[in-house]
Amino acid sequence: MKILVTVKEVAEAEDDFEIDGLDIDDRYLEYDLNEWDEYAIEEAVQIKEDGECDVVSVTIGPERAEETIRMALAKGVDRAIRVWDDDIAATDTLDPATKADVLAAVVAEEDPDLVLTGVQAGDDSFGATGVALAETIGFEWGAVVNALDLDADAGVGNVHRELEGGIEELTEIQLPAVLTIQTGINEPRYASLRGIRQAQSKPLDVSTLSDLGLDAEALESPLRRTAMYEPESESDAVVFEGSPEETAVELADLLRDAGVVEG
Amino acid sequence: MSDVLAVAEHRQGELRDVSFELVTAGRQIADQQGGELHLAVIGGDAETFATELNLDGVSVIHTVDAGEEFNHDVYTQVTEQLFEELQPGTLLLPNSVNGLDYAPAVASRLDVPLVTDAIGIERDGETEVTREMYGSKVETTIEIDSDAVAVSIRPAEWAAAEAAGDADVQAFDADIDESAVGSTVTGFEEVAGGDVDISEAEFLVSIGRGIEEEDNLPLIEDLVEATDATLSSSRPIVDNGWLPKNRQVGQSGKVVTPDVYLAIGISGAVQHVAGMKGSDTIVAINTDPNAPIMDLADYAIVDDLFDVVPQLIDALE
Ligand SMILES: Cc1cc2nc3c(=O)[nH]c(=O)nc-3n(C[C@H](O)[C@H](O)[C@H](O)COP(=O)(O)OP(=O)(O)OC[C@H]3O[C@@H](n4cnc5c(N)ncnc54)[C@H](O)[C@@H]3O)c2cc1C
Ligand SMILES: Nc1ncnc2c1ncn2[C@@H]1O[C@H](COP(=O)(O)O)[C@@H](O)[C@H]1O
Repeated sequence: MKILVTVKEVAEAEDDFEIDGLDIDDRYLEYDLNEWDEYAIEEAVQIKEDGECDVVSVTIGPERAEETIRMALAKGVDRAIRVWDDDIAATDTLDPATKADVLAAVVAEEDPDLVLTGVQAGDDSFGATGVALAETIGFEWGAVVNALDLDADAGVGNVHRELEGGIEELTEIQLPAVLTIQTGINEPRYASLRGIRQAQSKPLDVSTLSDLGLDAEALESPLRRTAMYEPESESDAVVFEGSPEETAVELADLLRDAGVVEG
Repeated sequence: MSDVLAVAEHRQGELRDVSFELVTAGRQIADQQGGELHLAVIGGDAETFATELNLDGVSVIHTVDAGEEFNHDVYTQVTEQLFEELQPGTLLLPNSVNGLDYAPAVASRLDVPLVTDAIGIERDGETEVTREMYGSKVETTIEIDSDAVAVSIRPAEWAAAEAAGDADVQAFDADIDESAVGSTVTGFEEVAGGDVDISEAEFLVSIGRGIEEEDNLPLIEDLVEATDATLSSSRPIVDNGWLPKNRQVGQSGKVVTPDVYLAIGISGAVQHVAGMKGSDTIVAINTDPNAPIMDLADYAIVDDLFDVVPQLIDALE
């Protein structure tokens, strides 16, 4: 059995930032492994620990992303693939359909039984890459999975899909499948020192589009970002000014006036 | 190509609010292009749902007999067939959890570009979709260069359509390939029961990722004790196992409407806001003056919670 985990290095904006053209100025961005993908990695590693299986991670990302990929390797992923080349670097919008096409080529090479992705990437929050990939490669799928019980012999995954309002849907999904993993499904481990050392010697291969049998045409997308701006604040909040001591007194008065605390 | 096809959503015998919002968004787009709005109701008691959705501006409602509950394989097939038949310029879907489970598959199968989680759509000639990025800190516009587009709309962003209409209700005979249905919904489970019901509380002290570590939680518990409030939280606190699931406010947790909601170190992500925007008075303590929660807050302290909360406990004692 083989599991492919897709991971993305996401950018997070600092509290104060400036927009430069169509994106936040790089000086105000910090990079980290996507929160949802951390849970996907942990889920794959736990399945591996329960039985024989290989766990491979794949990212479409620049060299900088290797730091986050090494973290995945340190947590128990066996091998990593990073897809990148000049054409990808020159593309401004990698939309989910495009990413699905690129990831589909990796699936064709790796032939996994299960693909785990995050529900969404924390930065652009499309929430679409996993299910688009499933359709592209002809796998079954399940989105927003917060419990997974794999029955490899029967060839099914029994999942819970987390719906709105505290309701979960119980679903049987035929393998091979793509599941988009929701936060909270497990408790992601911290990488151990030993894991971090071992990660240094695990394979991390870089593939170009042509290595995958694709060319720059695969990157053509009808989607184009044309603007980015800070939304006009809709805030009409009364902001308490002053030292913490002063603002706390004002808030305490407010709570008393609202009648939710005594006094 | 000027028509719009919107797909309604229902669960356990009831239409979900987003269905009525899809009518408003769909009507708006159809008007921009002088087209008609078609609505699809797939599965469940489609006839009854069609009556409820027979609203002003809807031209045709297509009812499809297709099982009791949502199944993504069935929805994908039916939506594909309706799209092929009607050839609309715009396919509108909900960016709900079930929307996440079929919108990308439908778009991929139809080879129509998809933009998810729209908060604004302009369609006259060009298609321009407004959506957020970086945890709602910025908005972006995305232009789609295609005659036919698929867009999923953010729930609670458009007003619900209300005025009665006189749409044609037509049964659509979809041809479901059962062998391509590889998923089976076997049931539903309600989670988050337990000792406290945060939706009953008058005063909620709600804590978010700003608390940083589990070891810092006692500070908030002291505040809760000093005020007789009820403790709730955003999702990461529950995901980390620091508080039980029944304390979670938001889309996948509880909807709460207390007299006062005190959000401490919570950014105000859309899925969180879905659970607390109906609170009477919203107070935020956050170091970031531009955090999205500030758009909702009636009162705010822009400062470090580790400085403010101890002072607040003092001021209340
Ligand atoms: C399908 C789906 C369902 C979801 N359902 C829910 C849900 O039901 N409920 C929910 O809450 N989320 C839900 N989420 C997650 C949601 O998108 C956000 O990730 C989450 O709400 C963020 O929680 P937060 O505000 O605590 O953390 P963050 O977004 O990390 O915000 C932390 C805030 O704390 C502030 N801060 C940091 N340090 C301090 C300090 N010292 N003093 C004061 N302020 C400080 C920061 O400025 C920031 O604004 C869902 C997501 C998905 C995809
Ligand atoms: N550049 C990428 N490389 C690898 N996987 C990705 C990439 N972008 C998105 N994904 C995967 O798709 C999931 C959903 O992303 P998105 O559809 O962009 O919100 C993420 O959690 C990742 O698992």
